[in-house]
Amino acid sequence: MSDARAAITQAHHREWARVVAALTRKFGDLDIAEESTAEAFATAVERWPADGVPPNPGAWLTTTATRKAIDRIRREAKRDDKHEEARLVRDDDPPESLGAIDDDRLRLIFTCCHPALAVEARVALTLRLVGGLTVAEIARAFLVQETAMGQRITRAKAKIKTARIPYRVPSAEDLPARVTGVLAVLYLVFNEGYLASGPDTDTVRPGLTAEAIRLTRLIHTLLPEDGEVTGLLALMLLTEARRPARTSTTGDLVPLDEQNRGAWDPALIAEGHRLVRQRLATGIAPGRYQLLAAINAVHTSARDIRDTDWSQILALYTHLTSIDASPVVALNRAIALAELDGPEVALAAVDRLEPHLAHYHPYHATRADLLRRLGRTEPARAAYDKAIDLADNPAETTHLTRRRDQLG
Amino acid sequence: MEYLVSVIHDSGALATDEEHAAIDVFNERLQAEGYWVFAGGLGGPTSATVLDNRADAGVVTDGPFVESKEFIVGFWILRAPDLDVALRLAAEGSKACNRKVEVRPFL
Repeated sequence: MSDARAAITQAHHREWARVVAALTRKFGDLDIAEESTAEAFATAVERWPADGVPPNPGAWLTTTATRKAIDRIRREAKRDDKHEEARLVRDDDPPESLGAIDDDRLRLIFTCCHPALAVEARVALTLRLVGGLTVAEIARAFLVQETAMGQRITRAKAKIKTARIPYRVPSAEDLPARVTGVLAVLYLVFNEGYLASGPDTDTVRPGLTAEAIRLTRLIHTLLPEDGEVTGLLALMLLTEARRPARTSTTGDLVPLDEQNRGAWDPALIAEGHRLVRQRLATGIAPGRYQLLAAINAVHTSARDIRDTDWSQILALYTHLTSIDASPVVALNRAIALAELDGPEVALAAVDRLEPHLAHYHPYHATRADLLRRLGRTEPARAAYDKAIDLADNPAETTHLTRRRDQLG
Repeated sequence: MEYLVSVIHDSGALATDEEHAAIDVFNERLQAEGYWVFAGGLGGPTSATVLDNRADAGVVTDGPFVESKEFIVGFWILRAPDLDVALRLAAEGSKACNRKVEVRPFL
C-alpha cells in the first residue's frame, strides 16, 4: 500500500513533465495533455495499490494518458467537428544543435515561459504543466483564490492556442534571451518561497524553494553547457543550504552574521561549490547568476563570519555592477564595502542610491545598520522605522523591530 | 496563420522621410520573403465615423468608437507560421516605422 503511494509520488516527480510534454507533442494541445496526464495519475492512485506498481511506471503513465487523450478527443470530436482546427504549432524537425537531449520537456518549458505571456501566467503555467503542482497548491503559494489562479492558467493556455505560441526550442539566435526568461521565472518562484511576501504568510515556504530547485535541476540536465543555468542552480543550492539557520525557533529572521553555521546543509553547500568551481574552470566570462552563486560560495566557505573573504566578495560585486547596473546590486556592494573600508564609506555609497531605492526596505535596513555601527542612534532609529514600515514579511519585521529596540 | 500588426501612436503626424524609407525597405523584405499580405496607413480618429445599423437603426456618429490618447495609425497583415516569427517581424516593423505595434492573431 505505502509502497504504491511512494511509487506514485516518485513517478509524479520524475514523470509528470515528461508525460505532459510527450502528449503535447503528440496531440498539439496543452489542455488535452494536462488533463489526460492528471487523469492517468488519478488512475495510478486507484490501480497501483491493488494491481502493483508497473515495472516501467513512466511508460505505463504515458500509455494510460495517451488512451485518455484519445478518448477525450473522440468525445469532443462528436460534440464539435471543428475541434481539430485549433492546434498548437509544432516543430517536427528533429533537434539539430541540441543533440540527443530530451527536448519535449524543454519545448514545454519554453512554451510556458514565453515572453508574450504575463509574468504571473508564466509562473503559474510552469508550476502546473512542468512542475505538476495542482491549481489549488499554486493558488495557496501565491495567496490567490483558486478560481482566480485557475482562470489565469486557462487564459494563458487560450492565448498560447489562439496566438499560436509555438511548441519548440527557440532558434539559436533567440535561445540565450529565452533561457534568461526561463531562469527569471524559476528565480521568482524560488524567491517567493525563500522570502514570502505579504502579511500572515509563513516566513519561508520550502515547498516553493524545493520546486524551483527541482525545475532548475531539470533544465540543468537538459542544458548542461549553459553557464547561467548552472549558476542559478548553484545560487539556489547555496541559498537553500542556509535555510535551517535562517529563522530562529520563534520564527524570527536571523541575519547572515548571526547564523549558526553548523546548521547549514553541508551536502547542498558541497554541490553548490562544485558547480561554481566547474564554471570557473571553463574560463568563460560569468553572467549574473554565476556571479551571485560565486558570492554565495565565498560566504558559505567561511566557517565563521570573521573568516569571510570580503575583498573577494567586493570584487565579485564590482564585476556584477559592470553587467547589471541595478541599484539593488550597488546596495549589496556597499554592504561588502562596509566590511573592508568601514561603515562611513559604505554609508556615503548607500546614500547616493536614495533616489532609486527610497521605497525598498532593504535600503533603509542597510542604512539603519550602518548608522547604528557609527553610533548615530537617532538617525538609525528613523531608518529602522522606515524599513519596518515598508517590509511585508512578518519575520523580517520582527527582526528589524528587535534591532531597533536594541538601540537603547 | 495571419497576424494583424497595428501601429500605435499618440499623434497622426505622418512618417518622416527617414521613417518612410525604412518602412519601404521592410515592406520589400516582407514581400520578398513571403510574409506580406497587406499594409496601409490610416487617417486619424477625427476622420472616423461610427455606424450602428443593428435592427436598421441607422445611427451615424462622428468620431472614433473610443476616445484614447493613443490610437491606430496604420497596420500590416502578415502571414507567419507562428507567434515567434510574427513577433520578430513586428519588432522589425516597429523599428522601421519608429512607433509601437500590437500583434493579434486572426482566428
